[in-house]
Amino acid sequence: MSAILPPAERLWYRHPIDRVEGTWIAIALIWCLVMFGMMVGWHVWGKQNLSTETYRTTPEKFTAKAQAMVDKYTVRTETADKIPVVAPPPGSDVYVVASLWKFWPILELEKGKTYKLHLTSMDYNHGFSLQPQNINIQVVPGFEHVITITPNQAGPVSIVCNEYCGINHHTMVGRLYVK
Amino acid sequence: MTTTYRTCPRSGLQFESQAEKLMIVNAVTAVVFLLIGGILAIGVVLTRWPAIHWLEADTFYQVLTAHGIDMLIFWIIFFEIAILYFCASTLLRCRIATPNVAWAAFALMLIGAVMNNVAVYQGGSSVMMTSYVPMMAAPSFYAGLILFAVGALIACFVFFGTLVIAKRDKTYQGSVPLVTFGAITAAIIAVFTITSGAIILIPTFLLSIGWISAVDPLVYRTIWWAFGHSSQQINVAAHISVWYLVAAVAFGAKPMSERVSRTAFLLYILFLQLASAHHLLADPGLSTAWKVVNTSYFMYFAVLASMIHGLTIPGAMEVAQRQKGFTKGLFEWLRKAPWSNPTFSGVFISIIGFGFLGGISGVMMGTEQLNMIIHNTIYVPGHFHATVVVGTTLTFMALTYYLIPVLFRREMILPKLAMWQPYLFGFSMYFFCLVMMGAGTLGVSRRHWDMAFNGHALAYEWPGAAYLLMALVGIAGIAAIAGGGIYILVTVGSLLLGKPLDRGVTNSTFTPIPRTAPSLAVQTTGSMGFAAPGTFMLAMVFLLAFILYYFINWKYLSTLWGLS
Repeated sequence: MSAILPPAERLWYRHPIDRVEGTWIAIALIWCLVMFGMMVGWHVWGKQNLSTETYRTTPEKFTAKAQAMVDKYTVRTETADKIPVVAPPPGSDVYVVASLWKFWPILELEKGKTYKLHLTSMDYNHGFSLQPQNINIQVVPGFEHVITITPNQAGPVSIVCNEYCGINHHTMVGRLYVK
Repeated sequence: MTTTYRTCPRSGLQFESQAEKLMIVNAVTAVVFLLIGGILAIGVVLTRWPAIHWLEADTFYQVLTAHGIDMLIFWIIFFEIAILYFCASTLLRCRIATPNVAWAAFALMLIGAVMNNVAVYQGGSSVMMTSYVPMMAAPSFYAGLILFAVGALIACFVFFGTLVIAKRDKTYQGSVPLVTFGAITAAIIAVFTITSGAIILIPTFLLSIGWISAVDPLVYRTIWWAFGHSSQQINVAAHISVWYLVAAVAFGAKPMSERVSRTAFLLYILFLQLASAHHLLADPGLSTAWKVVNTSYFMYFAVLASMIHGLTIPGAMEVAQRQKGFTKGLFEWLRKAPWSNPTFSGVFISIIGFGFLGGISGVMMGTEQLNMIIHNTIYVPGHFHATVVVGTTLTFMALTYYLIPVLFRREMILPKLAMWQPYLFGFSMYFFCLVMMGAGTLGVSRRHWDMAFNGHALAYEWPGAAYLLMALVGIAGIAAIAGGGIYILVTVGSLLLGKPLDRGVTNSTFTPIPRTAPSLAVQTTGSMGFAAPGTFMLAMVFLLAFILYYFINWKYLSTLWGLS
């Protein structure tokens, strides 16, 4: 009977299935399996998988490592705030510190080369949104996220914070360069 | 306790007097929060429209926080409590369990909602709906949410108690109706959801008053989303139940197969909540296996369930229409549907928008790797406005048009305006979602006051198309808000000014639901032919759109930097 009345047949789980429904369920199930296969398969054959390498960290520990990189590889500074531009050699560990409301320092990377990018936040949650590439990663305080990156296009890249982080959230934008 | 039962002369539904009052009060409170949320929405869209950029930054973040909470939590859950009481007491024709406790639940929810709103308007609690620690709001922000949650939890148990009463008083025989079955799944998911909310919000409240020193940010995100996402699953189960209800009252449609529809609801209970993991796909610290298992293996069972409902509801309508003689071609049943009845048109616009816009985008974002190209962009609100506004809110609006004469006993005022309302609201919302998703695909951030980064030395310049799309977001948003305003005008106006309608016969005892004789068809477990070819064709169009869009995004992903 109607959906607002009890089913006429007591045992609803013995009701017949129309062929429209049966066919659709089969198709939908196959499609779900294809999508499942894509997600797993991309880990094997795809080149864009988010690393899950993570360590617990503290602002002091992380800043010390980032500072060591800055001391060693700074090539110039930019803007009135004298943000260091750092050019570490390919294959090395590079650090970006997210804090209210800036990304520090500015990295200078080489196209086609691989780096191990370490991300953390000093305070609140932040977003690491690379534009115009549009790669978006969550930055969580207390966790050091290590991601192997291989930039494939030259040019300046902006890092936009896209996790709301307080009143000046919209001023939190940084940069990196790919040569 | 003495109570009375009224049989509505227009619908044949039987309302118990206590339950009726509770439904009215919960639904009216819901609409008040929709009104508040709608007014706040004006501030949100006019600020994100780059050429207008109306509010100051602090006001914008405050307004956005209140808009999210008022709409996603208060409007929807108050209305859902009314639906739960309707599905138990009215559809099963029994008295509501412990009405005094139900009133206490309502009081707690109202106090909590007001307390939370006041905290946000006082400033200092502009933490967005998600309130990720360690960013802290005022203690009353969390206390309000906790009180509201406790009230909603109690209301769920009143609902369960009412089911027990119906069973004990034998007001019906056999199984509960499908719509009630769907409501039960919604209530079970609600218990899980609210418990998760309590597990994480109580420590956060204690943190805000200084009793504990820290809440782990990643643990917070994981458990908060078990609350935040699952609360949207209550909506899905509830609004799909309403779709079945409307198919039944607008067409006299019966479910194509009780077995299929109920099994699909059961899949929701088992798997929907696990889908909350897709909010954490861009997070550190969670293993790939955990992400993949939760978001594909488990989430896809819930996706499967939605795809099933998406077919069986229009399918049931088609079967009913074909039995009335609308059998020409694939789509005569649809052309001859009651398009001028806002209850039907609202639901149909909701079904199509929920599936095509909300469903497809939801699966795309829930894919582990693809999530990286939309995480925290304005694509995300684009998606959930398709599910929550086009899906849930529009459905509840459509149901309200049905309830005005039936539950509120008023003749609807401005029927012409009401007739157009679902089209204006629904289609402007479709467009709103599409342009938001477009802007999100270009990377525009959500929850962001100034996409121009005015005066910043390292400002990023978004492409011109992003500005155009954000302007369209503003225009579509204003059109949708106007549509929402018409809904408020018609419903509140009808309640205050509409001609009172006949109460119908009042009895001191309930009239049980008569037993219906099983038809021949339902006595077999075999297959029944190909009853809804038009719906099947629509489903194929949907599948094609789904497959194309899904693989386009993989193509886009493959051009990005190598990440491993």
